[in-house]
Amino acid sequence: MNVLLILIPVSIILGGLGLCAFLWTIRSGQYDDAEGAAARLLLDDDDPGGPDDGAR
Amino acid sequence: MTSACPACSTATIAQRAAIQAGPPDIVLSLPSIHCAACIASVERALRALPGVEVARVNLSLKRVSIHASTATTDDVTSALAAIGFKAHPLDMAVLDSRQDSVGRGLMTRMAVAGFAMMNVMLLSVAVWSGAAGATRELFHLISAMISLPAVLYCGQPFFSNAWSALRVSRLNMDVPISLAILMAAGMSLYEVLNGGEHAYFDAALSLTFFLLIGRFLDHRARASAHSAAKELAALEVQSAQRLQNGEVTTVPVGALAVGDRLLIPAGVRVPVDGTLDSAKALSDKSFITGESAAALLVHGDAVQAGEINLGAPFEMTASAVGEDTALRRVATLVEMAENSRSRYTNLADRAARIYAPAVHLLAMLAFAGWVWATGDVRLALNIAVAVLIITCPCALGLAVPAVATAAIARLYSLGFLVKSGTALERIAEVDLAVFDKTGTLTLTTSARQLSHMTNQQISVAKALAQASNHPVSRALLGVLPAGSPAVLTDIQEVQGCGMQALRATQVVRMGRGAWLGATFDGPGLQIGTGPAIPLPMAEVLRPGVDAALAGLRKQGITPCILSGDRQGAVQRIALQLGIEDMQAEVTAAEKYAYLVDLQASGHCVLMVGDGLNDTAALAAAHASVAPSSALDASRNAADVVLLRDSLADFPRLVLIARAAMRLSKQNFAIAAAYNAIAVPVALMGYATPLIAAIAMSLSSITVLANAMRVRRAA
Repeated sequence: MNVLLILIPVSIILGGLGLCAFLWTIRSGQYDDAEGAAARLLLDDDDPGGPDDGAR
Repeated sequence: MTSACPACSTATIAQRAAIQAGPPDIVLSLPSIHCAACIASVERALRALPGVEVARVNLSLKRVSIHASTATTDDVTSALAAIGFKAHPLDMAVLDSRQDSVGRGLMTRMAVAGFAMMNVMLLSVAVWSGAAGATRELFHLISAMISLPAVLYCGQPFFSNAWSALRVSRLNMDVPISLAILMAAGMSLYEVLNGGEHAYFDAALSLTFFLLIGRFLDHRARASAHSAAKELAALEVQSAQRLQNGEVTTVPVGALAVGDRLLIPAGVRVPVDGTLDSAKALSDKSFITGESAAALLVHGDAVQAGEINLGAPFEMTASAVGEDTALRRVATLVEMAENSRSRYTNLADRAARIYAPAVHLLAMLAFAGWVWATGDVRLALNIAVAVLIITCPCALGLAVPAVATAAIARLYSLGFLVKSGTALERIAEVDLAVFDKTGTLTLTTSARQLSHMTNQQISVAKALAQASNHPVSRALLGVLPAGSPAVLTDIQEVQGCGMQALRATQVVRMGRGAWLGATFDGPGLQIGTGPAIPLPMAEVLRPGVDAALAGLRKQGITPCILSGDRQGAVQRIALQLGIEDMQAEVTAAEKYAYLVDLQASGHCVLMVGDGLNDTAALAAAHASVAPSSALDASRNAADVVLLRDSLADFPRLVLIARAAMRLSKQNFAIAAAYNAIAVPVALMGYATPLIAAIAMSLSSITVLANAMRVRRAA
C-alpha cells in the first residue's frame, strides 16, 4: 500500500499540470475570438509581420 | 521567419509588448468582415499604415483593435475604406468589457471543478470497491483536502446568487444548489474527522461541475448579445465641424452647444439636431425613418442627428445636442424597452419557484422524521443531506441551457444567429408577427422591369446614372443591362431633382417625375422634348417571403406590416402578400407604442425589422428578428439575426423554437422521474454516495442526450 503514497501525489500533480495549462489558455485570451481563431488557420503563414510571428 | 534577423525579433517583441500593453488606442467596428481573407486584408492594410504598431481583428465581435503611435482614427478609417471595408469608430468608454471577465471566471471555475472532480472520483472508486480502515480514512482525507477549497472557489457564482435572493427573502434555484453543495461538503468533513463511512465529496464536486457547465452554456448564449443601447451610443459620430467667425474648426461632438453653426460635408452623418441654414440640402433619412427616397430640405427645415448628407456641403444651426437629440431619444427608448423585457421570467426560473420550496421541505421532513423515529441526529442529518444531493437540480440546471445551445447550433446552420438564450422560449410563444417593409419584406436593389425601354433610352439612362452618387442612380446602374453608355456632355446634377446633360444638342434629363413634367411621381427619363418615361423602381420582395408567410400562418401566427414608408407603397406590398393588417407612415416612437399596445392586449409579438426606426420596437417586442443587412443598432436590439437573404426558412425558426420548448419540458419530466425513484430511496436511508453519484450522472447525461434531439427537429 506504500506505493499509494507515491502514486496519489503523482496523479494529482499531473492533473494539476493539465489544469494549469488550461488556466493559462484562458488567461492569455485564447477563447476570446473562437471564430477568428478558426479562420486564422487558413491564413498564409508566410505573411511577414503576421500577428503570430512571435510564436516562431 | 527565423529569429536570426535582430530587427525582426525586436519587432515581434515590440508587437507582443503592445498586445500586453492593455487597452488599444483605437477600436473600430467592421460590420462587413466575415472570413479569413477579410482578417488578412484588414490586418495587412493596417500594418502597412505608418504610425500603426499592432492591429488585431476579432472576428467574433467584428472589431479591430489598434495600438497606434501616431496614426489617427481618420487615417485608419480611410485606409480601410480604400480596401472596401466600412469602419465605424467605437467609443471604448461606452462599451465596457465586463461581460468578458464573467465568461472567463466561469470557465476557470469549470476547469477547477472538473479537475477536482476527476481526482476525487478516482479516490472514491477505491472506497466504493471496499477500501476499509486506515486506507479509507486516508482517501477521505485527501478527498477533503482537494474538494473543500475547490467547492468554496467554484461554488461562488451559486453562493452569491443564492445570498442575493435570500437577502430579499426570495427563493431561487441557487438556494437549494448552494445548500446541497455546502451541506454535502460540511457533513462529509464532519464524517471524515469522526472516521465515518460515507463521504459525499464527489457528489458535491460533480454537482458543482455539471451546474457550472449549465451556467457557462447559459452565459455564452447571452454574452454574444451586446447591449443595443450601448452600441448605438458608441456608433454616434464623434467629431463635428464648427463654423466660427467664418473659420471651420473640428471639435468633439460633446463640445457642441445649442446655437452653434456647423458645416456638414457631403456624405457625412449629421451630429446633432438643428435647422438648415443653406438654401437647399439633400438628405438620406432612411437611417431614421426607413423611407428609401432621399428628402429635399429647404432653408429653415429641421435636420435630425443621424441623417446623412447626400448632396453638397450644407450649413446648419444646432437646436438640440447630446441627450436631447432624436437619435439619443431612440437609444433611451431602446433601454427602456429592454428593461421591460428583462422582467420576462424564463422557464428555469418558473420551475425553480415550485421546485426550491419543495426540496427544502422534503429535506427538512426527512430530518425531522428520522430524528423522531430513531433519535439519532447524526443519522438524520446524513439522510437529509442525501435527500438534498439527490434532489439537487443538476439535471434541471442543464435541461434548459443544453436544449437552447443545441437548438441555437441547429438554427445557425439554417442561417439564424440567435443572440439571446431566452429568445427561443419567447419565440415559441408568439402568435403575431409584425414586419417592417423596407429592407425586411422588400429589397430595393433587385431587378426591375426594363422591357419598355429602347436601347437608346437605356444607354442614356446608364450614362446619367453613372455620373450621379444618388442611391437611386446607383441602384439603377445595378439593374441596367450590359452595353456602352451614351456619350453625353455638360453633365450636371440639379439638386433635389435629378441629372441633366447634353446628348449632341439634345437635352436629356433623368430625375423626379414632377421635375420632368410627367404625371407620375417616381423617377423618370426624358430625351429632348419627348414625353418622360417612368423608370419603374418597384420594390422587389425578398426571396422566400411567400413561403415564410404561408409557413407562419400554418403555425397560427398572423403576419402584419408596420412601416415608416408612404401609405401607397405599403398598401401595394400588403395587397401583393395578402396581408390585411397594415400601418404606414409610423415613426419610431409610434412603432414602439403600437407594439406595447399589442402586447398589453395579450398578444405575444414577433417583430421583424431593420431600420433605426424599428430599433425600439425590436427591443420592446416579445421576440425580434433583424436581417443581417440591418443597422448595427437594430441587429443588437434583435434576439435573432437572419444571416441569409431568403426568408424561406423563417417558419423553421418558430418550429425549432417550439421543439426546443417541448424538449426542455421533457427534460424537466425526465429529471422529475429520476427524483421520483431516487428520493424514496434517499428518504429510507439507503442512499449511499455511490447511489447518489450514479443517479446524478445518469440523469444529467440523459438530459444532455435528450437535448441533442433538437437537431433533428424541423
